[in-house]
Amino acid sequence: MSPPKSLFDKVWDLHSVRELPDGQTQLFIGLHLIHEVTSPQAFAMLEEMGLPVRFPQRTFATVDHIIPTDTQLRPLSDPLAEQMIVALERSCREHGISLFDPASGMQGIVHVIGPELGLTQPGMTIACGDSHTSTHGAFGAIAFGIGTSQVRDLLATQCLALARPQVRRIEVSGELGQGVYAKDVILTIIRRLGVKGGVGYAYEYGGAVIENMDLEARLTLCNMSIEGGARVGYVNPDAATFEYLRGREFSPRGEAFDRAIAWWRSMSSDPQARFDDRVELDGGEIDPAVTWGINPGQSCGVTEAIPSPQQCPEEERASVEEALRFMELKPGEPIAGTRIDVAFIGSCTNGRISDLREAARVAKTGKVKPGVRTLVVPGSQAVARQAEEEGLDEIFREAGFDWREPGCSMCLAMNPDKLVGREISASSSNRNFKGRQGSPKGRTLLMSPAMVAAAAIHGCVVDVREIL
Amino acid sequence: MAERKIERVAGRGCVLRGNDIDTDRIIPARYLRSISFDGLGEHAFEDDRIQAKGNHSLDDGRFAGASILVVGENFGCGSSREHAPQSLMRFGFDAFIGESFAEIFAGNCTALGLPCVTLEPEDLATLMDSVELDPGQDLVIDLEARTVTSRAGTMAAGIRDGTRQQLLEGTWNATAVLLEAGDAIEAAAKRLPYSDGFAE
Repeated sequence: MSPPKSLFDKVWDLHSVRELPDGQTQLFIGLHLIHEVTSPQAFAMLEEMGLPVRFPQRTFATVDHIIPTDTQLRPLSDPLAEQMIVALERSCREHGISLFDPASGMQGIVHVIGPELGLTQPGMTIACGDSHTSTHGAFGAIAFGIGTSQVRDLLATQCLALARPQVRRIEVSGELGQGVYAKDVILTIIRRLGVKGGVGYAYEYGGAVIENMDLEARLTLCNMSIEGGARVGYVNPDAATFEYLRGREFSPRGEAFDRAIAWWRSMSSDPQARFDDRVELDGGEIDPAVTWGINPGQSCGVTEAIPSPQQCPEEERASVEEALRFMELKPGEPIAGTRIDVAFIGSCTNGRISDLREAARVAKTGKVKPGVRTLVVPGSQAVARQAEEEGLDEIFREAGFDWREPGCSMCLAMNPDKLVGREISASSSNRNFKGRQGSPKGRTLLMSPAMVAAAAIHGCVVDVREIL
Repeated sequence: MAERKIERVAGRGCVLRGNDIDTDRIIPARYLRSISFDGLGEHAFEDDRIQAKGNHSLDDGRFAGASILVVGENFGCGSSREHAPQSLMRFGFDAFIGESFAEIFAGNCTALGLPCVTLEPEDLATLMDSVELDPGQDLVIDLEARTVTSRAGTMAAGIRDGTRQQLLEGTWNATAVLLEAGDAIEAAAKRLPYSDGFAE
C-alpha cells in the first residue's frame, strides 16, 4: 500500500521529470496559456537563443489585457496595444500556436477561456505568465503564475524549475447564507490568514461550502489564492467538475471521456492524506465582504465598521494608517454607506455567466444612481453570447449599466478603462492596490458582483442581502 | 549556457520602508504596453515618486547610486509581471534585502540573477537605521557565507538552498538546465494519461 497522498502530491510526482542539482524539481507542464503582455519578450529571448517551441500543441494564446472594451475593431486606437497584438499574432503563426483572437469568437480573459473551452482539466499542471493562473485549480489542476523568463523556459522545454511548496488544507464547513458568494469566502480567508500567509504554500480548499459550490464559484475562490500569497490553490475534482467538462471544445469525447473521469477521480486527495497545515472556517459566519484598504487582506463584513489603527496589532498599525489615509476612510464609521463613483463588474475573478446572472438579479431592482459610471464586462466572447441569449445585457442596459465587449478592462487598466483622479470604485476584480485601476490616486473597494450592482444602484456600499 | 556566478553583491543601500509593496506600485501597468523591457528603469515606482514629490527613497540624494534595495515584508506581492524586477534592475539595483518577498517576485529575480535575501525583523530594523544614518557605507551580501555585512555588523541572511546554489553556480537561467533533461521531457509527456486525449 502506498501512503495516502494529496492531489497536489499526486500531480507533482506524476509530472516530475527529474530532481535538479539545486534540489528543485523539473516539472512537466501540461498546458501553457499565453497572452500579449508577458510573452513577447519570452519569444524574443527564445529567438535569441535559437530555440524552437518544444510543444506548440500544448500552448494556447489569447488577447485580453490590452484589448479595449468599447470596440475590438482593428487596428486598435492605441498603437502600443496594436503592436502587442501584432507581435503575438506573428509569434503564434511562426511557432504553430493556436491563438483565440477576437475574430475567432473564442477570445476572452485567459483564465475564463481555459475552463470554458475544456483546456483546463483535473490532474494537469498548468502555467501562464499571469499571477491569477491559480484560478485553474478549481478543476483539480495545479496551476502556477510565472514571470516572463519562465515563459521562455516553458516555451523552450515545456518544463519549469520549481521548489515544491507545502500544502495547507483550508476547510470551510457549514453553509453560506443568501447573498454570500465565493468572493466573500476568499476575501474572508485572506483577511484571516493575511496577504503573505500563503507564501510557500499551495492551498487545498475543501469542506461542505466548497463541495457545494459550482465550478464558476470555485474559479473565483482559487483565482484569489495568490492575493493570500499562495501561488497555487485547488479544489478536488468531483461530479460537478466532470459534468462541467462534458462536451466542451477540448474535452475528451465518448469513451475517452469515461476513461478521463476514472483517472480524474483517482487524482483527488486520498481521505487520509496528510497536510502541512490545516485551517478551518465556518461558512455560516461569513458575511458579504468589502475591502477598505490597499491590499486584499484589508476587508471587513458589510455590517462592520472600518477598523481604527489602535484596534489593530502593533505591527499592522502603520499599514492600516497608510491605507486609511490613501482611501480617505474614517476609522469607526460603518463601511456601508461609503459613496462610490464607479462600478466595475468583470475580470478573471468575477466575469463569468453566473457572476453576470447574480449582478443582473440586483440590477432588476432599480436604476443606476445618477453620477455613477458603470462597466459590465463579460469575461469572454462566449460569456457575452450566453448573457445576450439570456437577455442579461438588456437587463443591465435597462437599469442604466454600460454593457461592454470582453477583456480584462478596469481590473488593471492597461486598456482605456481607467479610474480618473480620486474616483472610488466598487469593483468585482481582485486587487485594491494603490493605482491598480489606472489612476495613481484612484481607490478600489473589492466586493462580489452582486454587491457591486447594489452599490451602483444606491451610489454607495449597501448590504446586498437587503435587496435580494 | 551557464551564466555569471554570483557569490557576493556589494554596494550602497537604499532604504525603502513599508510592507506589502506590490508590483503595480513598482511598475504601473501602463508601462507594460510594450513588447520589450527597454526603458522600464526610469519608470520604477513612478506613481509613488510623483505623489511623494521628491521625498521617495529612489529620489533621495543620500541613496543616489545605491545598488542594493532594502525593503520590508512581502515585497513584490501581486502581479507576476517580470517588468517589476526588470525595472528595478534597470534603475540600478543588483540585489534586495528584506524581511520577506512574494514568491513569484523572488523567482523572477532569481531568473535575472538578482539575489533576494531575508533578515530577521530586528536585524532588518538595525540595518535600515544604519543605512539611513550612514548611507555612504557599503553593504555586502555574501551568498557563500549567507550573511549581510554592514557597519551595523554581520547578520545571518536567509535564502532558499536551491536559489542560493543556482546563483553560486551560475545556473540561474533555468532554460539551459531544463534542456539538459533531453528526451526525458518527451518521456515524461508520454506518461501522462491526458497526453493522447485518453485514447485507449
